[in-house]
Amino acid sequence: MMPRISLTSSLRDAVDGAESIELHAETIGEMFAKLAERYPRMADRIDAGIAVAIDGQIYRDDWNTKIPADAAEVFLMPRIQGG
Amino acid sequence: MTGVLVSTTINGDAVQFACPTDETLLDSLRNRVGLTGAKEGCGTGDCGACSVTLDGRLVCACLVLGVEANGREIGTVEGLVEDGKLHPLQEKFIEHAALQCGICTPGFLVAAKTLLEKNPKPSEEQIRYALAGNLCRCTGYDKIVRAVQAAAKEMRKK
Amino acid sequence: MGHDTNYQDREFKIIGTRVKRPDGIDKVTGRAKYGADAFAPGQLVGKVLRSPHAHAIIQKIDISKAEKLAGVKAIITSADLPDLTGSNRGMTDILENCMARGRALYHGHAVAAVAAIDEQTAKQALKLIKVTYKLLPHVTDVDEAMLPDAPIIQDFVLQDGKPSNIAGISTFGHGDVDAGFAEADVIVEKSYKTEQTHQGYIEPHACLANVSSDGSGELWVTTQGHFSFRVVCSTLLGLDMAKLKVTSSEIGGGFGGKTHVWTEPLALALSRKANRPVKLVMTRDEVFKASGPTSSTSMDIKIGAKKDGTITAATAMLRYQDGAFPGIWGMLGAMTAYACYDLKNVKTVGHDVLVNRPKVAAYRAPSAPMAAFGVESTMDLVANEIGMSPLDFRIKNAAKEGTQASYGPVYGPIGIGPTLEAVKKHPHMRAKLKKNQGRGMACGFWFNFGGQTCVDLNIGPDGTVSLTIGTIDVGGSRASLSLIVAEELGIPYDQVRTNIGDTASLGHNDTTEGSRGTFSSGMAAIFAARDAVGVLRERAAKMWDIPVDDVVWADGVATATGAKHSNLPPLTLAAIAAKAASTGGPIAGHNEVVADNAGVSFASHICDVEVDPETGSTKIIRYTVIQDAGKAIHPDYVEGQFQGGAAQGIGWALNEEYIYGADGCLQNTGFLDYRIPVCSDLPFIDTQILEIPNPNHPYGVRGVGETSIVPPLAAIGNAVSHAAGVRMTHIPMSAPRILKAIDDAKA
Repeated sequence: MMPRISLTSSLRDAVDGAESIELHAETIGEMFAKLAERYPRMADRIDAGIAVAIDGQIYRDDWNTKIPADAAEVFLMPRIQGG
Repeated sequence: MTGVLVSTTINGDAVQFACPTDETLLDSLRNRVGLTGAKEGCGTGDCGACSVTLDGRLVCACLVLGVEANGREIGTVEGLVEDGKLHPLQEKFIEHAALQCGICTPGFLVAAKTLLEKNPKPSEEQIRYALAGNLCRCTGYDKIVRAVQAAAKEMRKK
Repeated sequence: MGHDTNYQDREFKIIGTRVKRPDGIDKVTGRAKYGADAFAPGQLVGKVLRSPHAHAIIQKIDISKAEKLAGVKAIITSADLPDLTGSNRGMTDILENCMARGRALYHGHAVAAVAAIDEQTAKQALKLIKVTYKLLPHVTDVDEAMLPDAPIIQDFVLQDGKPSNIAGISTFGHGDVDAGFAEADVIVEKSYKTEQTHQGYIEPHACLANVSSDGSGELWVTTQGHFSFRVVCSTLLGLDMAKLKVTSSEIGGGFGGKTHVWTEPLALALSRKANRPVKLVMTRDEVFKASGPTSSTSMDIKIGAKKDGTITAATAMLRYQDGAFPGIWGMLGAMTAYACYDLKNVKTVGHDVLVNRPKVAAYRAPSAPMAAFGVESTMDLVANEIGMSPLDFRIKNAAKEGTQASYGPVYGPIGIGPTLEAVKKHPHMRAKLKKNQGRGMACGFWFNFGGQTCVDLNIGPDGTVSLTIGTIDVGGSRASLSLIVAEELGIPYDQVRTNIGDTASLGHNDTTEGSRGTFSSGMAAIFAARDAVGVLRERAAKMWDIPVDDVVWADGVATATGAKHSNLPPLTLAAIAAKAASTGGPIAGHNEVVADNAGVSFASHICDVEVDPETGSTKIIRYTVIQDAGKAIHPDYVEGQFQGGAAQGIGWALNEEYIYGADGCLQNTGFLDYRIPVCSDLPFIDTQILEIPNPNHPYGVRGVGETSIVPPLAAIGNAVSHAAGVRMTHIPMSAPRILKAIDDAKA
């Protein structure tokens, strides 16, 4: 099964307005590479920082993180900052 | 800039230093005597991080001039340890986790020591008002008040 | 080496005990060295000249008189800081915030800086610098800055192709809120405002910079992240990163404000120009004027519910000011606003708005407290309308595993429900209240982060263990990390010492922010210790001349297993360390990890207040914090985080605010007029630590540092409404504001 990749609204203009995308990737890094290839405007957004929630767990940094084939949800959200 | 020679006693030791007439005691202590335990949090007497004693009285070193120390006795946090032994307040602050960042700790210790010398059995309210001139932004004061209570109890045993 | 980051249920021997922190003795004796406590031979004193105006073109800076003053060794303006950022917007903004480039953007914006032989000379030199300003119209209020005719702060910010102060609009949510509101029996809509507050750390920013003529340099600085300071400073000054060694001092409080550089690049530039060390310490006045406070806000909150208590729709329109440079603060408000609840239809919009105020920086769970104030106040209003207790109303709508968070993803196992159940059971909820007293409660959410982390663990020839970490210890984490290493190695706590390495001694570590210190360095310390155990077993095997598989490590000793080795007495860590030279050299463990997946955090607070109806003055009578820590490594310092966050929230709720005059200048730049809570303002703050293990940490640890500042604003607002019969919509709820509300209600 190919997990759907959902995007927070502020990222959607970079993917021609789509709320979600079907894309096969085994890691966060591979997903980013494929996104940037398919949607060139995503490259800058990825550089600026995107956090990835896989089944609710938020990954900010590690692009080697595996995306399980049975992941129910992959959600791209803004990279956040703390105090 | 006119310099003045100041002869004073700090934590029991005779000390001499020269400073300009408009320099604060805090700057003299930190930059000329090399005692950096007293901290500058505000420079306006609002935070108490520079609390020291002048002839036994609690003052903000940032509101006293270096030249005013002449012929008088200064007590700083560095003088709390006696005969290599921590003061009960120092022991209890560590034991009760009464510090997080620790920048306000020297001022609290000097202020609390002054309180307990005057009032060996203060109530919680008396502790809170006696320490109201010392700001802490990390702890919410909870563990500080408990440490002072514990130290007071310990000191009364002796 | 890959390590399993999953939670492993186990019995702990010393984790969870309340040991003495290793840096305690230095901090109670005055020996600990903070930012302003360093000295270098030949050091100069640095001072910064700041704009007296809110918004002005800098037409001319005449330094000729100041330069001639005896004892002045260097003067810099923006001309000494060419833009080397390669048009990276974030870096350019930092550069311009460090020193104005042709235009002063806020009262207190740096314009020039001097280095002189002493404080008096440096101050005199500042007076001799003549700056010619041409005043521009200014705006400091977030709502006014959004008006079409508002003065424009930054030319590069556009909305619909036109110059604007709205630097960002971020929308979150799901479902159909219009349909949801149509289903509601009760709808409450309310607008709120919160004023700007400062982190208020007691130690002002301070550093000692030393740049040599060969382009190498050292920076001693009070910071939450010396590695990120190195990245920023070396970029802005064009230094090789490896040639700039940044050493973190003890830090006298940060709360987010020391994640960001302010004067450090100026100190380095002065040192480079003077070719001498420069010590630069901000005054309290400068800290307030020019180091990042948090946003002031304006919000519209709307919540609809059925009579049975089910929320059918919720919206939040949030307007956060970022100061003079774009930030993500409105966005974070919009992400966190409804994160505690399970909502079918929700929409939040965060506006990031520029004004003539200092660049906003993170402040403990940045942006969440304000949104929570609006949402949690409105939650109480809806509960009242439908005749349900505010606690039951929250329990009914609490987010749970499987809930789609209002900021997007679906939650894994989370802990808002347990904190609410704990509120219900807490004796505080049943305590009797007196006249003019009222009780309130509220919930709070924060994300928590992990991030890049590495540690070195070295075993000395005597068997003592040194752990070197790269995350700054802001509140006792060295004790927690020593506990973790002692637990893993099975040795006494006193045998381990944790130190913070400088940027030359470890790989990059992210800043101590996002409640990550103990979570991430703790994870790395566990793995480094396990690596070391592997080495210790090998060395024991060599000493015994048996296969390593026949050696087990438990309780601090190597034991040979199997019948053949039953006569071998166990080898202690010290015994193995003593033979290290002849068995393969120094014994060490290392770990480099991206400690992602910190796990989100929830808290519920209960608060009793007493309001004096004659003066409007409010006193906190009792306060309880209930929060999930995953696993409390050192409970004292977890409680300390809960209490400290609550106290900051109490100050924000009742007293603290930036007050700007009609001239756009900040009027209360000292602790006398910007009044943070003092000891006599507060009661003991009760805490209840819940331990719901984080599935993504070997010990179950969650970040704990930030969440406790989120609920107090609303908890106190809700308590005041019960004590005084007035609903406060403007933070801080200072005595004059409450008195006015009471008087207005009578009229």
